[in-house]
Amino acid sequence: MSAELVAGIAQWLRRLGGGVTGAVAQLGFVARFLVAVLWNTPHAFRRIHLTLREIYFTGVLSLVIILMSGLFVGMVLSLQGYETLKRYGADEQLGILVALALVRELGPVISGLLFASRAGSAITAEIGLMKTTEQLAAMEMMAVDPLARVVAPRFWGGVISMPLLAALFSAAGIFGGYLVGVRLIGIDSGAFWGQMQAGVDFWPDVTNGIIKSVVFGAAVSLISVFEGYNARPTAEGVASATTRTVVVSSLAILALDFVMTAFMFRGGNAV
Amino acid sequence: MTIPRGKIVAIMGGSGCGKTTILRLIGGQLRPQSGRVRVGGLSVPDLAPSALYELRRRFGMLFQFGALFTDMSVFENIAFPMREHTALPEELIRDLVLMKLQAVGLRGAAQLMPTELSGGMARRVALARAIALDPLLVLYDEPFAGLDPISLGVVGQLIRRLNDALSITSIVVTHDVYESLKIVDYLYFVSEGRVIASGTPDEVRASSDRFVRQFVDGAPDGPVPFHYPAPAYREELFADVG
Repeated sequence: MSAELVAGIAQWLRRLGGGVTGAVAQLGFVARFLVAVLWNTPHAFRRIHLTLREIYFTGVLSLVIILMSGLFVGMVLSLQGYETLKRYGADEQLGILVALALVRELGPVISGLLFASRAGSAITAEIGLMKTTEQLAAMEMMAVDPLARVVAPRFWGGVISMPLLAALFSAAGIFGGYLVGVRLIGIDSGAFWGQMQAGVDFWPDVTNGIIKSVVFGAAVSLISVFEGYNARPTAEGVASATTRTVVVSSLAILALDFVMTAFMFRGGNAV
Repeated sequence: MTIPRGKIVAIMGGSGCGKTTILRLIGGQLRPQSGRVRVGGLSVPDLAPSALYELRRRFGMLFQFGALFTDMSVFENIAFPMREHTALPEELIRDLVLMKLQAVGLRGAAQLMPTELSGGMARRVALARAIALDPLLVLYDEPFAGLDPISLGVVGQLIRRLNDALSITSIVVTHDVYESLKIVDYLYFVSEGRVIASGTPDEVRASSDRFVRQFVDGAPDGPVPFHYPAPAYREELFADVG
């Protein structure tokens, strides 16, 4: 083997090792940040109006996009599902298909993705700009911890809003499915709702969806506040932090969804 | 470097010579790699976080561009430290905020948002916020940067008047030598991380130190060179000619 080749491989290995240790260190940094946020949570909750304000900004103001998207996703689901089910003569089962797909999977995942791009990016940009304009430093100099005053309320606002948004997304989707399936295509209304009621269980179907949406909410909120708080204090720094929030949050949602689904449906049966 | 109680001390130097770093060391936002920082007998870098926060409650700091909270009105900005650190009733906070605003001449601007203020007004609001809790020590980071001559005079006079009326100790980090000479009690000149000259305003005006002279006269070349370090001009220009 030539010396050049050996040197090339060595350099590649070094870069790989550097990348891995860098990623682990970053993960540790995020974990410590999470602990710091949780540690400051009681202090933040003593001023509960701050968290309520964040629930309003991240939750209430996301309602339009969440409800509209849910409605359309449900309508498409109903059209596509009907086409497939009809081939097996099972078109009466449309209600189950729409409800299960939304409650177990699409509700948490799509509302999580929308939440990351609508609310997560706003949180990152806001905290990043507060850092750039020295507002966070000013707070520290006034002996007010920005983790308690700025970061923790936004984190909890997201964690609380996300499951509620996912539930509303699913509800809007089911209504959209009803509009297309029953009103447009003409499936029997009683069959649609009856099958749904019989085929969808609160445990595990609905609870699994709730667990997912809580986990997605925590992941997106943590990534958003972390990126904002650690953004480079320049215009480009805030811009790239905002982009990273959306990209990393979206990937995290999809990866976590796979892992959680694999655990929840062990051996082909819903647990 | 010592800063006596009740005086206004200016720390002067060119851009990027570590002036703001000194303020961050005093405020405990940075730790010194060597040397000591003591405020009122306490060593700042050795304080536990809770003690540091306790100390910071007696500080006020004016940031270069005000650093007002952009999501709050002028009134709320000044009420912020009071609400965070005291349990005063709302009527009292209102009266205190109006008194602070009256002191900086902006009582009429209480309900404006920070984005509606001019640079000079924002600086005065930030000053009112810095003195909201009647601090012992106020740190000013470039209080004169980017102000028109009238605002400049107003801010300079406010720093002097507030210092004397409230018996504050003030540390002013700046490169504006004319404004500083008008209001401060003592000046330190800093270059490349060390104190190279100091004195009262009269001593500074009469100084023959080369660096001080360059600074006071605004000469483009001197101990602080005009050129950033670079290879010889001729060599670099003709490098590709060979």
